[in-house]
Amino acid sequence: MIVLEKRPQPSKAWSYATPLVAVLATMVFGGLLFAILGKNPVEAIGTIFWEPLFGEFSFYYRPQLLVKGAPLVLIAIGLSLGFRAGIWNIGAEGQYIMGAIFGAAAGLAFYPLDAWYVFPIMVIAGAFGGWIWAMIPALLKVRFGTNEILVSLMLVYVAEQFLASMSLGLLKNPEGFGFPGSRNLQSYESAHNAELFAGTGMHWGVVAAFIAVIFAYVLLNRHMLGFHIRLTGEAPRAARFAGVNPPRLILFCLGLSGALAGLAGMFEVSGPSGVVSIDFNVGYGFTAIIVAFLGRLHPVGILLAGGLMALTYIGGEIAQSQLGLPAAAIQVFQGMLLFFLLAFDLLTNYRIRAARSEVA
Amino acid sequence: MTTPLLSLQGLTKAYPGVVANDHVSFDIGEGEVHALLGENGAGKSTLVKMIYGLVKPDSGTMLLRGQPYAPAEPRAARADGIAMVFQHFSLFDALNVAENIALGMESPPPMGDLASRIREVSETYGLPLDPYRRVGDLSAGERQRVEIIRCLLQDPKLLIMDEPTSVLTPQEVDILFETLKKLRSEGTSILYISHKLEEIRTLCDHATILRLGKNVGECTPSETSARDMAEMMVGSALQTPERSGREFGPVALDVSGLSVPSPSEFGTALKNLHLTVRKGEVLGIGGVAGNGQDELLGVLSGEILTDADAIRFNGQPIGKLGPTARRRLGVLTAPEERLGHAAAPDMSLTENALLTGSVRESLEKNGFLKWADTRVFAEKIIQAFDVRTPGPENAARSLSGGNLQKFVIGREVLQNPEVLVVNQPTWGVDAAAAAAIRQAILDLAAKGTAVVCISQDLDELMEISDSFAALNEGRLSAPRPTTGLTVEEIGLMMGGAHGMEVAHV
Amino acid sequence: MDFGEINPVLLLASLMVAATPLLLAAIGELVVEKAGVLNLGVEGMMIVGAISGFAISVETGSPWLGFVAAAVGGALLSLLFVLLTQFALANQVASGLALTLFGLGFSALLGQSYVGIKPPSMGDIHIPLLSDIPVIGPILFQHDPILYVGIALTAAVWATLKYTRVGLILRAVGENHDAAHALGYKVIKIRIMAILFGGACAGLGGAYISLIRVPQWTEGMTAGVGWIALALVVFASWKPWRALLGAYLFGGITVLQLNLQAAGVAIPVEYLAMSPYIITILVLVILSADKSSAPASLGRTFHASH
Repeated sequence: MIVLEKRPQPSKAWSYATPLVAVLATMVFGGLLFAILGKNPVEAIGTIFWEPLFGEFSFYYRPQLLVKGAPLVLIAIGLSLGFRAGIWNIGAEGQYIMGAIFGAAAGLAFYPLDAWYVFPIMVIAGAFGGWIWAMIPALLKVRFGTNEILVSLMLVYVAEQFLASMSLGLLKNPEGFGFPGSRNLQSYESAHNAELFAGTGMHWGVVAAFIAVIFAYVLLNRHMLGFHIRLTGEAPRAARFAGVNPPRLILFCLGLSGALAGLAGMFEVSGPSGVVSIDFNVGYGFTAIIVAFLGRLHPVGILLAGGLMALTYIGGEIAQSQLGLPAAAIQVFQGMLLFFLLAFDLLTNYRIRAARSEVA
Repeated sequence: MTTPLLSLQGLTKAYPGVVANDHVSFDIGEGEVHALLGENGAGKSTLVKMIYGLVKPDSGTMLLRGQPYAPAEPRAARADGIAMVFQHFSLFDALNVAENIALGMESPPPMGDLASRIREVSETYGLPLDPYRRVGDLSAGERQRVEIIRCLLQDPKLLIMDEPTSVLTPQEVDILFETLKKLRSEGTSILYISHKLEEIRTLCDHATILRLGKNVGECTPSETSARDMAEMMVGSALQTPERSGREFGPVALDVSGLSVPSPSEFGTALKNLHLTVRKGEVLGIGGVAGNGQDELLGVLSGEILTDADAIRFNGQPIGKLGPTARRRLGVLTAPEERLGHAAAPDMSLTENALLTGSVRESLEKNGFLKWADTRVFAEKIIQAFDVRTPGPENAARSLSGGNLQKFVIGREVLQNPEVLVVNQPTWGVDAAAAAAIRQAILDLAAKGTAVVCISQDLDELMEISDSFAALNEGRLSAPRPTTGLTVEEIGLMMGGAHGMEVAHV
Repeated sequence: MDFGEINPVLLLASLMVAATPLLLAAIGELVVEKAGVLNLGVEGMMIVGAISGFAISVETGSPWLGFVAAAVGGALLSLLFVLLTQFALANQVASGLALTLFGLGFSALLGQSYVGIKPPSMGDIHIPLLSDIPVIGPILFQHDPILYVGIALTAAVWATLKYTRVGLILRAVGENHDAAHALGYKVIKIRIMAILFGGACAGLGGAYISLIRVPQWTEGMTAGVGWIALALVVFASWKPWRALLGAYLFGGITVLQLNLQAAGVAIPVEYLAMSPYIITILVLVILSADKSSAPASLGRTFHASH
């Protein structure tokens, strides 16, 4: 019989190794899944992980890594701070949508004015949109003790309906011949989040993601607030004893993660997407949850995990067009990754031992 | 000689790093009250868990009335007539008394019948209890009654009691002893676990003494002096803390008319509390667990805020200040629960040093942390208080209870507090560490700190405090000087017998 | 506004239909939470139930087999949650999210070839005499059998929790798992049973959407019903009959807003469509003051050390 034995302290080695083990296990079981779907597993896994980086068209896909990775990292960084403190914002998707709507609306309000300050205003508006959307669960939790998981999630559905209403109504392109969707911000110079260096995929959102990583790193390792965030997650009662004000921490963590998700949405709508439309959101807000855990809620880890997840998105698209792998298979693949990660995390805190049978 | 009821032969159980029991053997006779004596960590709990089927021995055998006995689970132990009253009650707050009791029985009768059986047994043994009350609303003494009645309904042959008197007032202890003696006269054997020597001398027929997992001696308690038993238990003569004559300064901490509701559902509200502590004075606060101790600590630490004027420090109202602001002034506290309240289990000792030390030791500047200084502070605590650990980078949960307690108390003592409030400073700590902690508290008082020591260990309070008050259902008795206080007086201050009655023998 | 086109009898009858998936999922989750486990994967288990039920009933032509398959599918998915939280001791919140994310993808994968197909119909049962009563008959007594299964399940769960030993042990485990363990109860085993039951119920709820309420298969068709079911458990203060009441309340709101959409009232469709979610939030706010009835061990990981 196998027993679990709690380690006297968490294993450093395993905390680094578990994400890698989880990725490997996902490759094995993902390959199995692809085989069941009638695809060559080695080829499929190869296509997903190799093609975007080193394949024939990698010059096109590599920049896409930044484009897809940036919103994931940006959102995941915000989520990770809350997750560390035991504050579960799982409605980032909604905050992402609201950031995009607010950001785009701010830009479109100036149309067709050509001025340097249009884009900065959009950035602020986008962050504000995400922030205000996250403040709803935050304030309800602080004031009434309402469960933030359910509220933030309900607000995703509300935001989706709001997005539909906006793209069919207020923000609809007046010159769009009645088609749903806003004006394309890519063709509005002052509001366009263009590539900073052509062909690299590098836009302001990528810059923001890197800044967020550095900010979170310093916060968590060098600042009292970061210490309090970690302490609250580890031992809430000890945190209160240490002088942490829980309501303030909730407002901070939810507010910041909302603002970052809002920024991600705003950079997306003003750059790669360009248009406020019904199908604007593609689930970054949910995938970012996987990214946050895969990165072990550590800023640098999240950066790497964001890259990896972007890879599966792009590789998945390639596999879809080249091998006819269904899009949903990639979603399953990503879900599997989170499963294995959570499962193998056990090894960080517990030792597995063979033992004689005992009443457990 | 007749066959003993239960015979333990060479029981051994090892956990990683410790041998909890090392070839322990002894017999419990029919109708005998057998004491199992030993310090915290001597292996008493592991031993009874083996008897009760919660833990399986690595080697060794047990014989019940001469037949091999190896319970696979508590259910099997209960089926064989062995019942246990736990030290930390295994009760369910949200369920009522009858439901709790039904859970401890193999095939309970319908609820209505069970309720009348409970009434019947509780009256016979002098333990009044309403079967339909929610357990969460009961006092500690009443909760123990639930456990005892649960056992008695099984008609046990052997009743195991793990530190039963730690939650009782002296008067309640007397009543419990009457109940136990009545049980003995009916032929029930009792295995009585304790480290309180006087209790064992009055109650028990025979005693087995454990030290560091080994059986180090047996005796007949009524014929052995408490001192001899203590030496067998500890292994060497004990040092009692030194207290020098103290001069008290002006009042440092003044609590007046303090009333707060408890933050938790089954907690105790504090009602109109008054107390003053002078500089250099140690005020001991006794009382049975669950009478408002946690709430009192929370109110003094700043975790629970009150009216500003209800708590004054050197005349200044501080009732509305949070923990950080109070630390800045010099009001420091050490809560009872080490893991999870006083310290974060998974964080390193360095990080735990920062937890309360940041303000007074200037371990931060504009919010940015000085890790190097923090580490130095942690090392200082480890050194000054002889905390056994490889280094400050180790997680708090890797320390033994006594070592972590030394760290937690040391962390506050080294910050030179003006007022120090400690709750259960030596709970679950071995004798040597406990003596060191008490000495540190006394030394601090000698330097002029006002100390409030909340504890359920009356011997400890008599040893270190200058004045004594008792918490009872959230009310505090008027403090009295410790010298000349009798056990009966203390018992009455603690609330007497809480409506218990002597068993109708 | 014109309410004239809304037939109150039909409205009430369809309210019961709209409420049933919610009720099934909520009753399952209620049992899970009573055992002290918080499974946030309800949405994932529902959608997997929806597709497995749909696929099997299309393949076999039997809606009954479909519902059995849905229960099995939901329970199988919850088995993953069991592995994560009861054996690997993973965080329950994160594991529940993983279940939902995985379930949404997995169902989409399974359902690719079933888009646009019509499933076999289950047919309503007409209870003799009762269903002929005017007004009340069509509202209460002319529905598909699963709807009554939902109500029967509510009664069964209520009676089990309140009157049986199994129910008492389940509540004890959810209240204080350490004490239950000390008394010799198999905490993990009891929790596993509860989680599997919850998975099966969620699966049934999902299949009810794809086989009866809609009836069709589309990706992500549960659209948050699983999350509303979680909110409903809080709303119900962990009491089965209150869950029934809550489900009918939410069912009523959903049906009403759909009818208003169809009636073409002046409120834009999107705002009507978001109303159930907003009302869920409002209800959560009103009820979050009372946490006293929540099982005390809810969401805490149990690991017997010694």
